[in-house]
Order: sequence, then structure tokens, then C-alpha cells
Amino acid sequence: MADASYPDDLLYHPEHDWALIDPTHPDIATFGITWFAQDALGEVVFFDPPAVGSTVTKDEPYTEVESVKAVSDVIAPLSGEIIEINEALGDDPEPINEDPYGGGWMVKVRLSDVSETEALLDPAAYQATLS
Amino acid sequence: MAATENQPLKRTPLYEAHVAAGGKIVDFAGWEMPVQYAGIREEHLAVRSSVGVFDVSHMGEIETFGPDAPAFLQRILSNDVEQLDIGGAQYSVLCREDGGVLDDLFTYRTGGDRYLTVTNASNHGKDLAWFRRQAEGFDVQVVDSAEATAMLAVQGPLAREVVQALSDQPLPGRFRSGRRRIDGLDMLVAGTGYTGEDGVELIMYAEHAPVVWEALLRRGAQPIGLAARDTLRLEVCYHLYGNDLMESRGPIEAGLGWACKEATGFVGAEAVRAVRAAGPSEKLVAFTVEGKGIARHGNPVVGGGEVTSGTLSPSLGVGIGMAYVPVASAEPGTKLQIDVRGKVRDAVVAPKPLYQR
Repeated sequence: MADASYPDDLLYHPEHDWALIDPTHPDIATFGITWFAQDALGEVVFFDPPAVGSTVTKDEPYTEVESVKAVSDVIAPLSGEIIEINEALGDDPEPINEDPYGGGWMVKVRLSDVSETEALLDPAAYQATLS
Repeated sequence: MAATENQPLKRTPLYEAHVAAGGKIVDFAGWEMPVQYAGIREEHLAVRSSVGVFDVSHMGEIETFGPDAPAFLQRILSNDVEQLDIGGAQYSVLCREDGGVLDDLFTYRTGGDRYLTVTNASNHGKDLAWFRRQAEGFDVQVVDSAEATAMLAVQGPLAREVVQALSDQPLPGRFRSGRRRIDGLDMLVAGTGYTGEDGVELIMYAEHAPVVWEALLRRGAQPIGLAARDTLRLEVCYHLYGNDLMESRGPIEAGLGWACKEATGFVGAEAVRAVRAAGPSEKLVAFTVEGKGIARHGNPVVGGGEVTSGTLSPSLGVGIGMAYVPVASAEPGTKLQIDVRGKVRDAVVAPKPLYQR
């Protein structure tokens, strides 16, 4: 597992999720879980992707990840409709641990309310919640 | 566990050693214990393929001695304590009058009228109170040795080799026990464990634990956390109290009839005898999940029953578990459907143990 990192170009939700706003389409965001979340979970052995077309609501669970010892809800950092899922994680969830901000991305969402991003945290504010 | 709530968490003598070894510390039954070090899967497979060492000092010890010790233990333990010779080890359950399981225990006979019983951490206080209450009228002393005692389990195909190299005498065989000097330190060595692998458990003075731990690591034993301890025991279908055993269930439905000898007249024997004669309405079965998904403790079985333990088996690569199900569904090969957080997963009742060397 790589060392802790919290990239500057992401927005963070206090429930340990990140959102990357597409620079050319500000209403499209990619979601995943943070380094802290994957470290707390331990090795993820099972990812159950949600369905394309389903809606997600900020602060509500939209999928779950399972490690050997427990299952955990994944919370949506923003609201919208799922337009793409990372199907590869269904067969091999290892990137969630190995590359949580890259290959471990979970869904792409068309946002229903772009202003919700104002409630998310920058890396410094998020890391402050961890200590 | 209620007794430990709002009290400071306890630490074993190896707390600093766990932190130094990279252990992730969690609260377990009132103790700060290492849940994992290198990773559950890696630790699990190390025990299956070579050797691991577990700090199980959170478990309790009760020493019972005096002229009536054999008769007293025969009265409260479900197994036939008369069969337990000096240097022996015996598994039993502790029952209420109504047959409900208070705890499951290993008892070692350390002398003619001396015994040592190992309790589950979450039950130790309850067990001790039960022992003392039941001891009235017996010429026996019941001593709580939990604080003064540390316990290490060394498990895996290379476990005996590693411990033998530190021992002054040949190690006791499977289900035997005796005092040895390990790395020069006097302790009780028992050929028991909770993993399905060969190995020993070392019961020692608490202050000796750090030296023994270091000596075992130097000889190549890998530290193993509680999470892998749970996946290892579940693969071989050993019970975990609080999951698979509880006061509202009896030993017959739990599949522990082999450890109950009603003819000895132990507390609860009448209730156990009645269930054995009539047959239980539910039985604890092992299962494997077909396809993806992992059933967990508390997931309902469709048509009746409940999962009591569930995980991903690192050895088998599939979801496994144990569940109480109606007897009509208890035969190996029976298809089960388990409600895993709203999704129905197919599973099949499997023979115990789920994993064999």
C-alpha cells in the first residue's frame, strides 16, 4: 500500500470520499474513497458496483466495499445520476487499496446541483478531520 | 462485556511490541488488541503454510485447586473431567441450569488436584463469578490468574519446530500439556490451538511475555492479529463465543454434544439430555457462498435461521460461514438463501471443517 496522500485537485467529503470535477464538464464528477478509508478498511476483497442510471444523494450511501473483516457503506459526496461505473473493480477490487485516486475510482456522476461542491473540503481541511 | 464498558481499555504485556511490529490496535472485549499487522490474508496464509504467533493474553485464566477440585469441575463442566489425567487438556462448555451456554473452555490438569481453565475475555468476569458461586460446599479454591498471566499461541506447520528449538524438553503432544522452560522461562505448554493447524499454546507469567515473543519472532514466527485468528478458526468451524455460542442456545444445537457427558450430572445436564433425546429444532451448520458476496454475522437465512459468523475464506477464496438453520435444512448439500443486506445470495451447507490440511 502506498503512503498516505490527499491530492490537491480533489474535493473531500468528511465520510472519507473524494470527488474529481471534470475540468471541461463542471457537471460531471468522479467519486472514490480516500487513502484513509482504504487504510482503515484493510484489503478490499469485494466491490459491488451500483447500476448506471441510478441516482445518488449527497451524504447517502450509494454502494459498499467489503474487506475480509467487514462491509462498509460508501457515501456519495455529491448528488446526481450515475453515468459510468468502474466495472473492472467488480472482478478485481485491488486498485481501491493500491491506487485509490486512480484505478480505484468507483463511479462517474452527472451532478444535479453543482453548488453542492461548496460544502466539500479541500485537502487541508479534510486532513484536519483525521487527527 | 458490559462490565468493561466505561472502564479504561486494558493492555497486554505485549502492547508496545504490537505497536512496534506495525499492529493496528482496536478495542476487543475491553482490551487494546492488534487486529492485523501485515494484512489479514498474508497473516492467515502464513499460519497455514509456516508459523505465526498470536498474543491471546486477553483470554482469562481460572485456577482451581483443593481436595474437591475434581468433583467441583465435574459438577460445572460439561465434559467428563474424570477422564482428564495429569498433563491432559479437555474442551468443555459451561452451562446454566437450563442448558444455555455461558462459555466454552479449555481445562488443563496441572496436578493431582490442580486445574487451569482458560476463559474467553468477554466472559471472564461472568465465568469467575459462576465458578465461585458453584464452589460453595466444595473444599476448593478458585483463583483468578488472568492479570498475572500472559498467553501466546504458536500455530502452523512449523510451530512445533520453532518452539522446540527454545524448549528444555520435548514438547507435549496434541491435547497434552506440561511445564517446560521456553527460552529459559518456566511456563505451561499445551498442544492446543484455535486454527486447525498443529502448534502449541504457551501460558506464562505476564512479565515473561515480551522476552518469549521476541524469541519466537527471531525464530521466524510471524505476528498474527485477531482478524486472521477469526478467519483461521472459521475455516475449521471452531466456535466463537458471542457469535456461534450464547446463553440463549444450548450445546446440542451448536454441535457440541461430543463435549457433553450428561451421565456426570453437570449443571445443565438434564436440559442437555432432553434436547439430545428430542432433537434440537435448529442446528449450527457450515456453509459456503456460491458466487460473489460474503454473508456476515446477523444476516437472516431465508425460511428461518441466522448467520452467526461469516467472512471471506483466504484459503478457499469464497465466502464461508456458520448459521443456525432449521434441522430440515441442516444436511450438507442443502441449498440456502441468505439475505445479505437486501440481496439474496445462494449458499450451500457444507461438511465441517470447511478447510482441511
